Amino acid sequence: MSDTTDGQVLTTQDGKPLKAALAKALRREKLRALLLIAPLLIFVLITFVAPIADMLFRSVENGIVAETLPKTAFALREWDPGSGNVPDEEVFAALYGDMVVAVGEKKHTRLGSRLNYEQSGISSLFRKTGRRIKRMDEAGPFTEQFLDADKKWGDVSTWQVLKQFSPKYTDGYFLNAFDAKRGIDGIEMKPADERIYMLLFGRTLFLSIVITLACLVLGYPIAFLLAALPLRTSNLLMILVLLPFWTSLLVRTSAWKVLLQQQGVINDFLVWTGLVSEAGRLVMINNQTGTIIAMTHILLPFMILPLYSVMKTISPTYVRAAKSLGANDWTAFWRVYFPQSVPGIGAGAVLAFILSIGYYITPELVGGTSGIFISNRIAYHISSSLNWGLAASLGTLLLVAVLVLFVVYDRIVGIDNVKLG
Amino acid sequence: MANTRGAAVKYDSVQKSYDGETLVVKNLNLDIPPGEFLTMLGPSGSGKTTCLMMLAGFEPATHGEIYLNDRPINNVPPHKRGIGMVFQNYALFPHMTVAENLAFPLQVRNMNKAEQEEKVQRALEMVELGAFGNRRPAQLSGGQQQRVAVARALVFNPELVLMDEPLGALDKQLREQMQYEIKHIHESLGVTVVYVTHDQTEALTMSDRVAVFNDGIIQQLSTPDDLYEDPQNSFVAQFIGENNKLSGKVIDIQGEECLVELGDGTQLKADRVNVSAVGDQTTLSLRPERVEFDTHDSMDNLVNARVEELIYLGDHIRVRMNVAGNDEFIVKVRNRGEKRTLNVGDTVPLGWALNDCKALDAVV
Repeated sequence: MSDTTDGQVLTTQDGKPLKAALAKALRREKLRALLLIAPLLIFVLITFVAPIADMLFRSVENGIVAETLPKTAFALREWDPGSGNVPDEEVFAALYGDMVVAVGEKKHTRLGSRLNYEQSGISSLFRKTGRRIKRMDEAGPFTEQFLDADKKWGDVSTWQVLKQFSPKYTDGYFLNAFDAKRGIDGIEMKPADERIYMLLFGRTLFLSIVITLACLVLGYPIAFLLAALPLRTSNLLMILVLLPFWTSLLVRTSAWKVLLQQQGVINDFLVWTGLVSEAGRLVMINNQTGTIIAMTHILLPFMILPLYSVMKTISPTYVRAAKSLGANDWTAFWRVYFPQSVPGIGAGAVLAFILSIGYYITPELVGGTSGIFISNRIAYHISSSLNWGLAASLGTLLLVAVLVLFVVYDRIVGIDNVKLG
Repeated sequence: MANTRGAAVKYDSVQKSYDGETLVVKNLNLDIPPGEFLTMLGPSGSGKTTCLMMLAGFEPATHGEIYLNDRPINNVPPHKRGIGMVFQNYALFPHMTVAENLAFPLQVRNMNKAEQEEKVQRALEMVELGAFGNRRPAQLSGGQQQRVAVARALVFNPELVLMDEPLGALDKQLREQMQYEIKHIHESLGVTVVYVTHDQTEALTMSDRVAVFNDGIIQQLSTPDDLYEDPQNSFVAQFIGENNKLSGKVIDIQGEECLVELGDGTQLKADRVNVSAVGDQTTLSLRPERVEFDTHDSMDNLVNARVEELIYLGDHIRVRMNVAGNDEFIVKVRNRGEKRTLNVGDTVPLGWALNDCKALDAVV
């Protein structure tokens, strides 16, 4: 036996440090534990972490200008956009050299459509120039030939875009996502009628909060009832809560279309009862109302389940104790029961909020134009406009927003106050 | 009673059924005078907790009326009854500190802040937890939580305090200590206490009177010593303390005495408690410590018995014997430091007095 009275390192019988011996003894177990989680770990890394990392990278990656027009990009370093003049002959010569190669490899149209995100018209500029490049005189002078091919080569803004996107990495996508752009005098906001993403972010946040609150208001009494009823009855009712999970999301959303549209069931009923005149049929779909109603319906179980599991653990004797101490029903609920159910509210609210902030299909189907979320715009850039860089930067912003909200939530309520069951 | 701050409770032919098919409480009549410590004792499912819950107002009585200070309270909601209650698992509010827990009944009564604080502090000091006001219940030990629960039930000066197996979750030593503390608090405050337990030691230690419940009926309502000395039926004899049972048939009755013949023909004299006629089946009840090895001819009952087993327990020795075919017959011998003279297999004479042997109803 070794002792520690003189403050020395504890050792085993044969003189090795005890800590090292312990680590060695536990290594096998740790390795086995790691092997057990390895399949899931690899799966998560490949299907979750890697795509997200790739997406985050795409939001700043911008190799296309330097790859397609390497000489031009190099030559443009010397040019100052603030001078108000187009670059000199040397740059046009470099552009000619690059374009010949690019047209040969048919890469110039790709660059054109990429730069078209930044300034419309560049796509056609590149296509037009591509067609003319073979007829140009190799001896130069190139400035006139390019200006002859398309007047836009004479615009400072064209060159400014080219120069701005020459580096391998760019903040252009993020500026775009913030409704900003880089002007001659640095970063500036876009004209008010072109701003869209901040509005969408704001709307997404606002609607998500409204939906979460609606879920809470509707879900709390249900969860309370479920937790109070005997197990047999509550299990039966729980099936009703879970029923929507077993129905296709599309079917449920379409059902709301049938119910809510102007010639739909609810409006017909209201007109029939005379509450609403034939001309005054309510617009409840293809707008924010539709999104709120349908999403609340879809996310309700995610609020009820954590609430229920927390409420189930609150012993009814607490309320009885409160009543025996003189509290009436409301005081007993508000002072004793409700504070103990807060972890469930936290868990349910976080779950519903995070799900709704990234929701896509329901707003797409019932949101019209005023009820769509930022995720619909991301999907549009992924699948229609093919501006993946912008989609990635919008996605990154969404991710950051969620993380920030999480931190704020942690500060206010405490993340350890969240209980999922 | 030291003082009479307590309330009087009266159950008047109270019945309770949960399913409409069986009665959990069958026709309960019970008078509890002010300031009494009454214990409802019984095995689980005997209806004792239901009786308590009806008094607290958490279960409605199916039939009959409960009176608190001669006022019928069947239609008074629990929070207006002003009854303090200590629950089985204390039910201290986990999200409040100890002081907030204690202040809760005062807050809902709209007492002013200064008075609240004073009362809370006094209640905490009563249970010797004066310095623990700012702790959360989870930071206290089981015994401390128990004391807080008692203090909370008393802080608003109720005239009646109900306790539903409050010591069930504590270990043996702590339980015994708390029994004395609760008893002393009761004595100094003079409130009426209705206490529910299935632990007979607890009931005997603390109570003025004990109501032994079984099968929804009060089997016997007496002081602790009466319950032990004069059980009125086999259930009570069996439930309270240790007991030897001998089954037989009544062959003669003379006043308060009767003669009982056991299965093997042994005849024993017994105190006639719960037999009505000659020929009745009966169970004789006999406490193990009342059986003597030092027999003499003037004893009422004398039998020979075989020693089956000796169990050494320090202060006494338990001797399992075969008496008239019953080999579960226990005799307690005080350990006086003499040399042990009994051996397994010996047949020795036993004797006991007529008054210690009660002829009760036959166990079905």
